[in-house]
Amino acid sequence: MEIKVLGSGCCSNCETQMEIVKKALATTGKFAKLEKVIDMVEVMKYGVMSTPAIVINDEVKSRGKVLNEQEVIALFV
Amino acid sequence: MWLNSVDFFIYDFLGLSGGLADSLHFFVYDSIKILTLVFFIIYVISFIQTYINTETVREYIKGKSQFVGNLLAAIFGILTPFCSCSSIPLFLGFTQARIPRSATFSFLISSPMNNEIAIAILFAAFGWKIAFMYTLFGLITAVVGGYVIGKLSRDEDILIDIPYMEHDGVASFEKLPFVKRVNDAWKNAFGIIKDIYLYVLIGISIGAVIHGYVPADFIVKYTGAENPFAVLVAVIAGIPMYAGVASIAPLVEPLTSKGMLMGTALSFMMAVVALSLPEAMILKKVMSWRLIGIFFGIVGFGIILVGYLFNIIL
Repeated sequence: MEIKVLGSGCCSNCETQMEIVKKALATTGKFAKLEKVIDMVEVMKYGVMSTPAIVINDEVKSRGKVLNEQEVIALFV
Repeated sequence: MWLNSVDFFIYDFLGLSGGLADSLHFFVYDSIKILTLVFFIIYVISFIQTYINTETVREYIKGKSQFVGNLLAAIFGILTPFCSCSSIPLFLGFTQARIPRSATFSFLISSPMNNEIAIAILFAAFGWKIAFMYTLFGLITAVVGGYVIGKLSRDEDILIDIPYMEHDGVASFEKLPFVKRVNDAWKNAFGIIKDIYLYVLIGISIGAVIHGYVPADFIVKYTGAENPFAVLVAVIAGIPMYAGVASIAPLVEPLTSKGMLMGTALSFMMAVVALSLPEAMILKKVMSWRLIGIFFGIVGFGIILVGYLFNIIL
């Protein structure tokens, strides 16, 4: 599984979301390649304008709000 | 009823009088009234927002005619939450979808200016009429301003190449059950109140000091009808200021009750929230100084006009 957290690199929300994803991974014991993307050109390629967004295996799963741990776990494959 | 209980508490129960009592009365009365009302209004807007996000707005505006596009962009600007961090992704995202720059700028003007917190506080302090007028004039500024900026901007003002969308991302996560929306709205409204309450209280405290101690003559002399340049000065002073709308909006009531004209106060507030130096710095990453200059110039000019208009009709 490949997870990307997309952010604008300007507010703390993306950082928060990153930590929550890490926690969710630890809780479920899943392995994933986790990456934070704050390069706007890269973020735009996903058609995302409201951050933070979560992308799993190149599919946008959530955007515009910080998901909590349960919500993140529900997105895992 | 609430006013009576605060009256009783301050003047009778605590037995205070004079400037201190007036300040304290204003603070207690306003802070609780404003925070409660703001919470409910933000709750309603948060609920509506669960149906709207910038991506769906983009889909909706895409391919609309000039005027309709600008108007829709400005209206959606009211409903979408704004922080200056989101202005760049927004600008790029709209451009990516080939939405004309005029509509994009309408959105960029409307979103911070017609901020839900600003409208909620105005509503709490003055009732729906002033809140509605503020929103209406904000919309007009956004539509006309966006149109003019669109006309004046050139392609070379955009400093980066806009990437194409490589991934198809619109999945079904948009479809939330009603109960989840209600809960999300609650969570969101609570979060916003938690973020802003301190700033609101700071704003009200300053307002309370003005209320209790600053003589009305002073305010009337510099910001009332006697000074024809009041709006101009208020807007120019407001642009470089970077204060949250949560601190500025509570000042409008004590200032106007002491004789500042409503248009002057609202223009000042619009200038503080819609234009700021940090936002200019952020926008510099994607657009030329020329375009930022046009943006600030046109919006500043629009806000000044709105201020004078307000002063005439109110």
